[in-house]
Amino acid sequence: MWKWFHQLASPPHFYRISLILAPWLGISGLILVAYGTWQGLFVVPMDYQQGDAFRIIYVHVPSAYLSMMAYMIMATSGAIGLIWRIKLSHAVAAAAAPIGAGFTFLALCTGSIWGRPMWGTWWEWGDPRMMSELILLFLYFGYMALRSSIDDTTKADKASAVLALVGIVNVVIVHFSVEWWSSLHQGQTVFKKGTMDADMRIPLFIMLIGFTLLFGSMLLRRIRTEVLYRERRTRWVREMILSPGGGA
Amino acid sequence: MDSLSMGGYGAYVWSCYGLTFVIVVFLNWRGRLRQKRIYREIEVRLKALEDRE
Repeated sequence: MWKWFHQLASPPHFYRISLILAPWLGISGLILVAYGTWQGLFVVPMDYQQGDAFRIIYVHVPSAYLSMMAYMIMATSGAIGLIWRIKLSHAVAAAAAPIGAGFTFLALCTGSIWGRPMWGTWWEWGDPRMMSELILLFLYFGYMALRSSIDDTTKADKASAVLALVGIVNVVIVHFSVEWWSSLHQGQTVFKKGTMDADMRIPLFIMLIGFTLLFGSMLLRRIRTEVLYRERRTRWVREMILSPGGGA
Repeated sequence: MDSLSMGGYGAYVWSCYGLTFVIVVFLNWRGRLRQKRIYREIEVRLKALEDRE
């Protein structure tokens, strides 16, 4: 098991594996998202309180969940890079940031659009869930800005890993904000028993899995790019690029 | 027509799905673009080095 992890942490080995894995994750993710979207939009019955507006849940929940998951991947990889000095883990952290920022922006926008007909407002500045999710977006921006402002990759890796670790506090706040404070946002529903009918819940799980697979595919591609850039002066990159088939 | 109007919530529902599509395509496109750019840069540098050698 450890041997396998050590092998995976080797940049050339990871590059080859991700080259095979990313398209499969992407294709299976696309199929699941297409099926889940069709179910969510046209098959699932409408909610008795929210009407058809509730169908936004099928894109809002996966994007909100990915916004937090990407951050946890980014912070955990940064910590692994700091503690064990594994080069690949900093590449994972750097690759996760823009995707996480994209899904956080999406979660904020879809939440705001959903809030307009349900709460009568696009945005509520005092709401803990909305504000903590907005802070999460700023943390992503701060992380990317810090990384690009430092020319030395090793220094940039260390500084951004520390920032990512500090920001974990906000992810915990995003998750529990609806339980700790009174919020316009509804409480936990997806994983709570009796809150959603199976007809509505199953397509949501399909969307969650589909979005996760798509995220995985995008992440692998970006990690590959990071690895390529960081290892650009190594022999294996030289051999791979100058070989007849290339390696992209 | 019913699925388009979504019981009066059509604008909200469809704009959310449209935005999701745009963001996912954009993230994927940006990732591919950066990969191609980095790959090309390294390729050009290596070919120049090879020619010099």
